[in-house]
Amino acid sequence: MAEYKTEPLKCWQKAKELRLKYYKDYQEARNKGGIRWAGGAWSFDAIPAGLGRDVYNITGEPYAASLAFDKKLSMECLEAAEAKGWARDLCSYMRNYWGSMYLGKYAFGGEYPEPDFCFQDHICCSHGKWYQHVAEYEKIPYFCIDVSVGPYKDLDENRLMFVVNQMHESIEWLEKVTGRKYQDELLIEAVENETRSTSTWAEICCLNMAKPAPLDEKTMYSLYVHGTLAKHSREVADFYEELCDEVKYRVDNRIAAVPDEKCRLMSDTQPPWGFLKVFRYLEKFGAISIGSLYTFGLIGIWETKPDGSWGPRTTPMQKGETISSRDHALRILADWNLSKPEWQHFYDPNLKTEMMLQIVKQWQLDGVMLHLNRGCEGLSCGIMENRLGIAKAGVPIMTFEGNMGDEREFDEKRVMARIDSFMETLGMEMLEPSAKTASP
Amino acid sequence: MFAKFFDWYENRHDYARKWLEKNGGEVVGCFCSYAPEELTYAAGLLPVRVLGSHEPQDVTEPHIFGMFCPFCRDVLAQGLKGRYDYMKGIMLAQSCLHLRQTFTSWKNHVPADYAFYLYVPNKLQTDHARPYFKGELEKFKQSLQEWTGRTITDEALKETAELYNENRRLMHEVYHLRKLPNPPVTGLEAMVMVASSFFVDKEEHNAELERILPELKSRRLDRETGGRLMIVGSENDDTEFVKMVESVGSTVVVDDHCTGSRYFWNLTQFTGDIMQDIANRYIDRPPCPTKDWEERRRFPHILNLAKEFSVDGVILIQQKFCDPHECDMVPLKEFLNSNGYPTLFLEFDVTVPVGQMKVRVEAFLEMLGVEELF
Repeated sequence: MAEYKTEPLKCWQKAKELRLKYYKDYQEARNKGGIRWAGGAWSFDAIPAGLGRDVYNITGEPYAASLAFDKKLSMECLEAAEAKGWARDLCSYMRNYWGSMYLGKYAFGGEYPEPDFCFQDHICCSHGKWYQHVAEYEKIPYFCIDVSVGPYKDLDENRLMFVVNQMHESIEWLEKVTGRKYQDELLIEAVENETRSTSTWAEICCLNMAKPAPLDEKTMYSLYVHGTLAKHSREVADFYEELCDEVKYRVDNRIAAVPDEKCRLMSDTQPPWGFLKVFRYLEKFGAISIGSLYTFGLIGIWETKPDGSWGPRTTPMQKGETISSRDHALRILADWNLSKPEWQHFYDPNLKTEMMLQIVKQWQLDGVMLHLNRGCEGLSCGIMENRLGIAKAGVPIMTFEGNMGDEREFDEKRVMARIDSFMETLGMEMLEPSAKTASP
Repeated sequence: MFAKFFDWYENRHDYARKWLEKNGGEVVGCFCSYAPEELTYAAGLLPVRVLGSHEPQDVTEPHIFGMFCPFCRDVLAQGLKGRYDYMKGIMLAQSCLHLRQTFTSWKNHVPADYAFYLYVPNKLQTDHARPYFKGELEKFKQSLQEWTGRTITDEALKETAELYNENRRLMHEVYHLRKLPNPPVTGLEAMVMVASSFFVDKEEHNAELERILPELKSRRLDRETGGRLMIVGSENDDTEFVKMVESVGSTVVVDDHCTGSRYFWNLTQFTGDIMQDIANRYIDRPPCPTKDWEERRRFPHILNLAKEFSVDGVILIQQKFCDPHECDMVPLKEFLNSNGYPTLFLEFDVTVPVGQMKVRVEAFLEMLGVEELF
């Protein structure tokens, strides 16, 4: 008999439809006279939004994750990139994306829809180079904003203005390469939407402090993704508010994601997309991954509350602030993004360790699983120091090696065996012993 | 003739300890060639670039995940093994994520009184980088002043910038001689000359360069030049490798490495605002791939070097797992090949399989048609 009741998310279908619509809109944009552009999930998508309501983007990382989920197509893409001579240890999202581009195959059917321009930001070594190559290959213009100005706690006017000035420069560039007049009111609207969507996502993650947790991490991957696709859009901001209401309902009614929740864990970095069954395997022990700094803070924007707890960052609108001009919007956009949790560890792993320990404490976790992700140098940066810091704090921790987008670097049997050992150290037993030998 | 440079290179720690005895002050370890050493030196400190030792090690696994480059782990190993126990300060000039982890793990686990992370811009192809970087240099200057209790005056900075420029000019003179049909300096000597400049007080380095230059101009080496090679890529102070390459009928006549020409190629231009001038010097230098976007400005520079030094072929060297260079290697190879320069790609680790690489280099030279090979 399960400990808690469970039921599917009511807005699950809507989440799927929204995601597919995003990729379709991008694919069809040009036929409708619109613009399509490519950049990373962290790019300032609110800025090109000022070019008009018919501007659609494709963000490289979630697109590549979709490719990675389709193992056959992913292997074709990876091999196409390798055939060009690229090293196998480069960012696996980048290699999947480039492969899709070389093959001319779109993960959502049809031909790969080439963008009209690239608009990226740069914090890890691969960011600026990824779209440099796309732009060269497609022979399209390219603009990239450097955001590597240090952790948010040390942000000052010089650092903020370096980012803001590049943003202003990017708008002049967008007008030049598209021939369109920039509309500040659309930028302001997009910035409002972005602060609303990313703060609401943090609020949703906070609801997972509840016992039983209303969401498990595997489910969260299908929900946070919207913020990585179009965090600036009204559709995503509205969807997150609707989702937030439903998750509140689940908390109020003790509707669990995992009906046998007995053990609460968090993971780290992107998962091996071709092997999400890892999370289902945990459930056989009554263990749930309630999320991670990655799912919480990749797009969620947070702040430390007066009582020292971590919570959703207060939006300008919640503070009663009216965004009045282009410069004002860009300052907010820069400041907002520079506080992104997943941007902090790029400068000091101790900052990430502190945030992870905060999650352990606040979400009442029993242990941590670190994915040593060979596919992403950015989110693996400093990860061994995180391991040391978390272990020093007395929190049970395990590591497993893998690759978010290259299944050749994931040893399924070995990882499952490590999970078995970790569960044993946590005192957890398989709820259905016969299931242990079954394929997880 | 280059004995002094070899001595400095091989006995870097002895030199630093003696420098401390003689001058007082402190030694500050730098982890990247973007470190604006002028500020450190003007504060009465000795800036030293920390390089690896090319020895297998097992002390960094708990600190840096194995997917990061062997160089960054080799450098960290030097700190963890206590080889820089005399060094009280460290500073990072922001570049790649790999060396960044060397700095942060060093800060966590190796005793030091002073650690500074300088936010060098990664986007250099914008005018906004100039005032921004000047502002960050001001913070570094302030921090050094607080640590040392010394004021860094504009006059001292200008004097130091001139001293560094002189060092760059003198090394350029040596490099210039490598353009000759029979270069009077080998690639190995040039590599050690530049690498030793990371460890040595520039006054002493300049004096030694001035001493050897007149003699060098009339030097005739008792060896055939053979194939004229350029080496391009990640950090490289692998002397064993260059020695091997030059033992099989070739001479390395020029390079594009941060441990080579990229370190000293451009000078500080003085306009009356010394902090801005120093900032500009680092922004305008031949870029590391991690800072070379949106446009590729590195490639035309490399091509110019290949032409100026009458290169026959290029060895592309890459530290294993070095993402910035991996992102340049494919287009760089195409670029050089399409401009008539054959290339050989080699992947480096902390130690290199010299025997295997020798076979490949010999085959490459044969392909270049270097008759005197055998």
